Amino acid sequence: MLAGRSGADNVVIRGARLVDPLEGVDATLDVRIEGGVIAAVGEDLDQNEHQVIEAAGSTLVPAFVDPHVHLRTPGREDEETIASGTAAAAAGGYCAILAVPNTEPVVDDPVLLRGLLIRAATEAHVPVGFMAAVTRGQDGTELTEMGTLADAGAAGFTDDGRPVADAGVMRRALQYNAITGRVIAVHCEEQSLTRGGHAHAGAVAAELGLGGWPSLGESLMVARDVELAADTEQPIHLMHLSARESVEHLRRAQAAGVRATAEATPHHLCLTDEAIRALDPNLKMNPPLRTEVDRGALIEAVRDGTIAAIATDHAPHSPEEKDVPFESAPFGVTGLETAFSVLYSELVEPGVLSLETLLARLSAGPAEIFGLDRPRIAVGARANLTLVDLAASWRVEASSFRSRSTNSWLLGRRLRGRVLLTMAAGRVAHAV
Amino acid sequence: MSDLRVVGGELVPPASTRRHLLSIGDLTRDDVDRLLSRARSFALSQERDHKKLPTLRGRLVLNVFYESSTRTSSSFELAAKRLSADTLTFKASGSSVDKGESLKDTALTLSAYDPDVIVIRHPEAGAAAFVAGVVDASVVNAGDGKHQHPTQALLDLHTINETFGQLDGLHVAIVGDVLHSRVARSLVEALHLMGASAVLVGPPTLLPTGLAPSTHDIDAVADADVVYVLRMQRERMLVGANFVPSLREYTDRWGITPGRLRPGQKVMHPGPMNRGVELDARVADSDASLVVDQVRAGLVVRMAVLYDLVTSGPVAVEAAVGVA
Repeated sequence: MLAGRSGADNVVIRGARLVDPLEGVDATLDVRIEGGVIAAVGEDLDQNEHQVIEAAGSTLVPAFVDPHVHLRTPGREDEETIASGTAAAAAGGYCAILAVPNTEPVVDDPVLLRGLLIRAATEAHVPVGFMAAVTRGQDGTELTEMGTLADAGAAGFTDDGRPVADAGVMRRALQYNAITGRVIAVHCEEQSLTRGGHAHAGAVAAELGLGGWPSLGESLMVARDVELAADTEQPIHLMHLSARESVEHLRRAQAAGVRATAEATPHHLCLTDEAIRALDPNLKMNPPLRTEVDRGALIEAVRDGTIAAIATDHAPHSPEEKDVPFESAPFGVTGLETAFSVLYSELVEPGVLSLETLLARLSAGPAEIFGLDRPRIAVGARANLTLVDLAASWRVEASSFRSRSTNSWLLGRRLRGRVLLTMAAGRVAHAV
Repeated sequence: MSDLRVVGGELVPPASTRRHLLSIGDLTRDDVDRLLSRARSFALSQERDHKKLPTLRGRLVLNVFYESSTRTSSSFELAAKRLSADTLTFKASGSSVDKGESLKDTALTLSAYDPDVIVIRHPEAGAAAFVAGVVDASVVNAGDGKHQHPTQALLDLHTINETFGQLDGLHVAIVGDVLHSRVARSLVEALHLMGASAVLVGPPTLLPTGLAPSTHDIDAVADADVVYVLRMQRERMLVGANFVPSLREYTDRWGITPGRLRPGQKVMHPGPMNRGVELDARVADSDASLVVDQVRAGLVVRMAVLYDLVTSGPVAVEAAVGVA
């Protein structure tokens, strides 16, 4: 399901604090990786003539998994390629990412999907999975060959970027998807309520004179989709939730036994619509930033596990697309290279979220939703590890991005928590 | 060396010394008082036979209009001419914009003429601020999307001030399509800044929440010193919009008729007006109407804005440099 370079590196990481909440690990120990697999965890481990990384003062954690990345390939390689997007992922501490299929052309065809996997096998710095479209051309009417696509290696299905507007089509997709064992991920948007919307329909949009994209535009579709998942008894994954009401529908569905999961993005967890007053196009995304009440509801859901995954929705755009007035700008911001640092700075340092919870939502949560092996710090596990310096602060600069695009809302900001090293599938994919 | 300051150990460029008028939020009460008193003195100059002042001789004011406009563009052009500035009006249609030129490139191109002021109207919120970030000139927002139209609000304040002799404590009912109105957004902010209050009145579908108290009950205009009527656009009734079912129903419920006004109330409209729709012709032609005063105020207030931006800004900077 995932394709990309793997390795059999031999490395000893010495003296880091190891934190793996799901393995119950929090101790300062050495880790020896042999042939890309964690061979030993303990005190004063023998170097075995391997490369040694002196990591005293740093923290070694399970590497992150991003279930929602726009790699823009095929079609917009000027904005991102498999190589640049996965290099950005490695720099952000990710050992695996899932790319969504709203490319040009849409990934709705097994041949196209196989081609991407073949290219990723040699070009990708970290393993990447490709999701395929639910409907042909993502036009919401005809189902793709989901069985064949799954056989060809589709990591899941989504029409992300737009909803499957027709409830009947969505119901059929969920029913039929039972043959694939994959998850359908949905972009919840009732477009009759969001047309012409550029920002959350609230006081800030009213003041700025921007067309509103109301919370109801999302939550109404969340309500529909969890009902369809209940009706078909199939799993469903809700992408980039932004509204309190959506979280409430999700909670009710989970309590009733529906297999509904969800993700939230760093920007929705860190910002509100107050941030858009300066009309910076790098703060324009879909769904839009909402209120403090919504942000609070998302954080609470991340804390208690209702939202089990944090996803960047990394959406690169070229400068000529974003260097325009707010209303002309396309939706989307980048996030792979800043996600951990900004979440650590904004949520963990102030005590809003524990480091353990953040690590679980960045790694095990998304991995489990999409049926991937969860990165872990344990003897015998493949090395999917990230070394971070929690004390280091760094400044986000356009020139420092591995991504081909620089449409980050964090440009010029100073963040705490820096990724020093990423091992993905047994290979050192990034090191500063 | 003098153009870099050390702040917190990091080198940052100095804040722009150019001043802009992008939003009413950029202004203090003192700024408005200064602009209105300057407008009053320009108004006196306009009573003379020879109306041209030499104040801005040799300066260049560029009018850049991405949306059709009659009164705003002509008012700015005349204001600049009365101050002896050179003017150039650039209309987006029939220009390089039709050939796909971006706003950034258009702004950079026009900026190469070294204008002192760029007046811009654009259909998108934030366009004037965007241009201000790209060019060296002072930028005046002549309307950006549904966001702001600050010189309209200033001319409205001037009109009210000249009529009532004050702004503080007055109450203004803004009637109609507030949702799509940059005029209303700027005016509400300007009224609040000057100690006046506003109520929004109109169809519930066309009243944004959070700007000011609002009601669909037209009787709410009874408490107002000024009834400010907004243009009701036909597009709002199109299939797919459905903000109101018909013009007839709008006029019936929210049209300003003689019967809905009490003696002493004044009526204003930013134009262009739909006679017989939002404003009854008998009201438009009555002594209650300040519409023509608004147009006159537009000229002198824009003269004041241009004067203020061109003279105060750079003069202050030159003085500061001289001291250093």
